[in-house]
Amino acid sequence: MTTDHQFKRKIKIATTSLAGCFGCHMSFLDMDERLADLLKQVELDRSPLTDIKHCGPCDIGLIEGGVCNAENVQVLREFRAHCATLVAVGACAINGGVPAMRNYFNVQECLEEVYLRGSGITNPQIPNDPELPLLLDKVYPVSEVVHIDYFLPGCPPSADAFLQLLQPLLAGQKPVVSPSRLHYD
Amino acid sequence: MIAGTNTIYIDGQEIPFTPGQTVMDAALAASVYIPHLCHYPGLPPSGNCRLCMVETGGRNVAACIAQAAAGQEIRNNTPELNAARMAITQMLFVEGNHICPSCEKTGNCKLQAMAYHLGMLDQHFSQFYQHRDIDASHPDIALDRSRCILCDLCVRASRDIDRKNVFAIAGRGIDAHLIVNSASGKLADTPIAATDLAATICPVGAILIKEQGYRVPIGQRIYDRRTICETGLQEHIAQQRRDQ
Ligand code: SF4
Ligand code: SF4
Repeated sequence: MTTDHQFKRKIKIATTSLAGCFGCHMSFLDMDERLADLLKQVELDRSPLTDIKHCGPCDIGLIEGGVCNAENVQVLREFRAHCATLVAVGACAINGGVPAMRNYFNVQECLEEVYLRGSGITNPQIPNDPELPLLLDKVYPVSEVVHIDYFLPGCPPSADAFLQLLQPLLAGQKPVVSPSRLHYD
Repeated sequence: MIAGTNTIYIDGQEIPFTPGQTVMDAALAASVYIPHLCHYPGLPPSGNCRLCMVETGGRNVAACIAQAAAGQEIRNNTPELNAARMAITQMLFVEGNHICPSCEKTGNCKLQAMAYHLGMLDQHFSQFYQHRDIDASHPDIALDRSRCILCDLCVRASRDIDRKNVFAIAGRGIDAHLIVNSASGKLADTPIAATDLAATICPVGAILIKEQGYRVPIGQRIYDRRTICETGLQEHIAQQRRDQ
């Protein structure tokens, strides 16, 4: 006889940090002992927490950070192609956040300020190794590059906010951010 | 006068008004919240943010400038109007540069609080990333136009209460921007003082008083504790002046 749980496969989640500070991932880990419960239902695919380099077919993708370079675009498209539900997590993914403060200057000005004119520079040169991903003209919200299904604001969203997002998603329901959890800071 | 003549109905609730009163003032007096950003009781209304749009007689009017009329039936807290208010709020976000985690006003900001009230999760529209000028010339007051929502409150406060006429809005449509009334165009060359109403009324982080940053920690600020519906019912210029 087959029982229910034999049919129940684990939900696959992939996570990534694009132009972000990993703060959202730290906040995800802040779920602490609640992570143990979560991991009974969930299996992590590509994520800085597993070090898996490419995304397989997933149920949920969590994107931290905005889109600042060509590699970010590639990763974001990989996530969109493989994740049934894609969530923009945190201020940077949602509107570019602090990295988007470079958007008031052009890329050349930014590079010159950082690598040629900035203080404490010994061997001034703009890095041009072919391995380095090229910067985009601006830092973009992820929703300007691919379709995003849900947004979880916060800088970072709290561990409780992550739970409030994931619990309904795992149950196949639409997540609702309660007004008291809604914060952009 | 016949009893009940001076009555309007907002979402079915009977609300008294005195002749000449606007829908907004009548609603606030009866503790009914109509979302608003550019209105501040005690200053003349200017009707520019359009968040207070209510529906009456099959059309939308701005409650802050529409006069209450006997028997008027008004719809305020409806899904349609709140969706339109959300779109307006999202447009205000993408037109300016609103990076809340790096803004000193966060937690005390009415634009942010309005977005919380309306349940805004993203900005929906494409960001403009406009370059807007900063004026840090004044020793006590900073002006960062990146966050200005052109609500016109500082203009009215400076003209009507401080009587200094420091600010104006120049240009039209997407070119509209806040200007400073001095030969250099800089705040340092105006008589504005940190205690002026114009320096403290800005609903967002466009006009900030210097050297006060982060005195109240993030998480313990106005809209961390209360909603804009609660604070919006209690504001008045006279009170604001006493608090200063
Ligand atoms: S002014 Fe308000 S909405 Fe704009 S960045 Fe500051 S806190 Fe955020
Ligand atoms: S500076 Fe502030 S008060 Fe003045 S128009 Fe802009 S948002 Fe309104």
